[in-house]
Amino acid sequence: MKNKILDLSTLDKEKLMALSVYIEALEEDKKEQLIHVLHKAQSLFGHLPQNLQWFIARKLDLSSAHVNGVVTFYSFFNEEPTGKYVISVCTGTACFVKGANKVLDRILKLTKTTKNKMSEDGLFTIKDVRCIGACGLAPVITVNDKVYGNLKPSDVDKIIEQCRGEDYGH
Amino acid sequence: MKLIDKMINLTINGIELNVEAGTTLLEAAEKIGIHIPTLCHLDLHDIGVINKNANCRVCMVEDEKRGRLVPSCAEKVIEGMRIQTDTLKAVMARRTSLELMLSNHPQDCLTCVKNLDCELQSLAHEMNIKEIRYQGEKMNHPKDLTSKGIVKDSNKCIMCRRCVTMCDDVQTVGILSPLKRGFDVVVATAFHLDLADTSCTYCGQCVSVCPTAALAEMNDTPSVWRALNNPKKHVIVQVAPAVRAAIGEEFGFEPGTILTGKVVSSLRRLGFDQVFDTNFGADLTIIEEAKELIDRIQNNKPLPMLTSCCPAWVQFIEHQFPDLLDVPSSCKSPQQMVGALTKTYYAEHNNIDPKDIIMVSVMPCVAKKAEAAREELNKDGLSEVDYVITTRELSRMLKEAAIDFRKLDDEPFDFLLGESTGAAAIFGTTGGVIEAATRTAYEMLTGKELKDVNFKAMRGIEGIREATIQIGDMELNIGIAHELGNARKLLERIREGKSNFHAIEIMACPGGCIGGGGQPYHHGNIDILKKRQEALYTIDASLPRRKSHENPMVVKLYENFLSEPASPKAHDLLHTTYSPKERI
Ligand code: SF4
Ligand code: SF4
Ligand code: SF4
Ligand code: FES
Ligand code: FES
Repeated sequence: MKNKILDLSTLDKEKLMALSVYIEALEEDKKEQLIHVLHKAQSLFGHLPQNLQWFIARKLDLSSAHVNGVVTFYSFFNEEPTGKYVISVCTGTACFVKGANKVLDRILKLTKTTKNKMSEDGLFTIKDVRCIGACGLAPVITVNDKVYGNLKPSDVDKIIEQCRGEDYGH
Repeated sequence: MKLIDKMINLTINGIELNVEAGTTLLEAAEKIGIHIPTLCHLDLHDIGVINKNANCRVCMVEDEKRGRLVPSCAEKVIEGMRIQTDTLKAVMARRTSLELMLSNHPQDCLTCVKNLDCELQSLAHEMNIKEIRYQGEKMNHPKDLTSKGIVKDSNKCIMCRRCVTMCDDVQTVGILSPLKRGFDVVVATAFHLDLADTSCTYCGQCVSVCPTAALAEMNDTPSVWRALNNPKKHVIVQVAPAVRAAIGEEFGFEPGTILTGKVVSSLRRLGFDQVFDTNFGADLTIIEEAKELIDRIQNNKPLPMLTSCCPAWVQFIEHQFPDLLDVPSSCKSPQQMVGALTKTYYAEHNNIDPKDIIMVSVMPCVAKKAEAAREELNKDGLSEVDYVITTRELSRMLKEAAIDFRKLDDEPFDFLLGESTGAAAIFGTTGGVIEAATRTAYEMLTGKELKDVNFKAMRGIEGIREATIQIGDMELNIGIAHELGNARKLLERIREGKSNFHAIEIMACPGGCIGGGGQPYHHGNIDILKKRQEALYTIDASLPRRKSHENPMVVKLYENFLSEPASPKAHDLLHTTYSPKERI
């Protein structure tokens, strides 16, 4: 596993160069700007594979454990490639009380996947996230940037079908 | 003008007190003799460990005015506060926090390596927990047994993060971090790598502060028992300087009691065929190191020279400063020198096939386990040191064998590799190695007798120390650092070309090996380290010979076997190499 992390050859050279240039251009305390660098890296690569995290740690002179800690703390960052539709299920207190777990289970079942793993057809990645500040609409999910509230399990079925439909339409 | 700190009035359990602003409730309560239980909290100012993330909540007290519970380790005093530490509400809150922690804990205390040494366990006792009302889902992480030094059992982790603070802030190695968050959070290596695949130095300082058995040393006692029970093997043991000043703590002696003679006799009782002294190797290390230093100074070779007897430090420089590998001395550590000589010099002397010898060392150190396994020190399929056990492991073996350590007579080491000087004794404390080396270098360089061997400027407990010693017409600039974060600062100076040192001593552990990761747990009492340190200086002062090159058995070794310091044979047996590694 160590060798896989130290091996940068699986990363796109041009994107890696672009990231290096971005990091070089950062002013002063580069270490403080880890979050920015991670955002930039995710926008370039789509996700943050572990060898890329190691590369960033070395570039910023931070420990890999710290970088990995930050990446796994924020649900915004993905260590794995994500599906076309990233569905975030709020499991904050209000949503939890209103059955967020049932919604989550239903979605995982329909998309035949587990948390944070892209579904086999490449369409879905499902995450649980903390309160997204729309408690009035609990339970809430987001599909990419779109918010869906006051969900019933049957709504979930419709949303998933819709995503699939859109995709076949293309 | 002296700044007057603002003073705050409050009451704790009805007792009025007046303390400086910024004091925590915990500290304030301590001042009036009120004990509040704590767990995650750890404040070892002297060695730079300050873990204050207040996440365990076993220190809750009641703030009567505001009508709520607050964590006393983090909450600061406020004017007019009324605190109660012993109301039913406060006691129950503390109990609940602890019970929740216990609810998903493995609860296998009987067979746990930390049994009777565990802070979680003693807290359960102290707080009179007789049943655990909650049943949590148990964690199910695999145990990490991949490294030679450390076992990581995340199922026993209570997320206090003391280890993270130690590894990040003090050692600046950065191996551990909380990963994920909320219910899924776990303190782990980057990407859940095997510890053996990381840049861990095995200094064991995370083990020293972990309140539970989530981090512990690898248990090598079964291998040692097997060796001792193998009639075909000649089993030899060596003991490091810092062990004799600390092992007593496991048997009820005052910290700092010197127990050399009892350690020797206890090892004979366990059945070792020969009991050698790592201090012999320390004297030898000094002679080789002093010789190397003089050679580097006189022949314009790379300076400064850094000591190389601490394997955690060697691992650190290989991973963190791979561009500076020409600065450490090429000398092996005393443990490895004794190992190498046991399997050559001693074996020849006694006509024993080195393959039939098993060399065991007793060390204050976890990193020595990993050192013994280094490729460079296991050439041609012959290991120099076969098994390393820590001071703690030895004390467990003695208890297991029902040896009454307190009642043992004092016995001397066996003779071939058993003699040592005062210079070797102080190897176990920060500043000791370089002081010993200076004593020898002085006489080697000037040819004159060094009258006063006490270099007080090199002693002490500050993290970084500097001293300039006049030797003949040259000034020798000495640097000393203990803890790897301090070592990093000196290395950065060297890298930037801003160092004028000739020699630098580095030890990874707070206080040097006396504070090693394999020593009896200090449980946050740093005075214990100071007492162990004093003990080593006492041994030094009490010995008739205090310069390594005056060790008669070392002189004989050169005469009969190695010919002279830095001879080709000495190089072959007593020196080693380093190689750059990736930091991960
Ligand atoms: S042994 Fe030392 S380097 Fe390794 S994780 Fe523990 S504190 Fe960090
Ligand atoms: S491993 Fe030990 S020190 Fe580290 S967080 Fe867990 S319990 Fe605390
Ligand atoms: S200072 Fe001593 S005990 Fe600590 S890692 Fe180094 S050699 Fe081992
Ligand atoms: S708890 Fe779900 S939006 Fe706030
Ligand atoms: S000791 Fe205060 S919160 Fe852990």
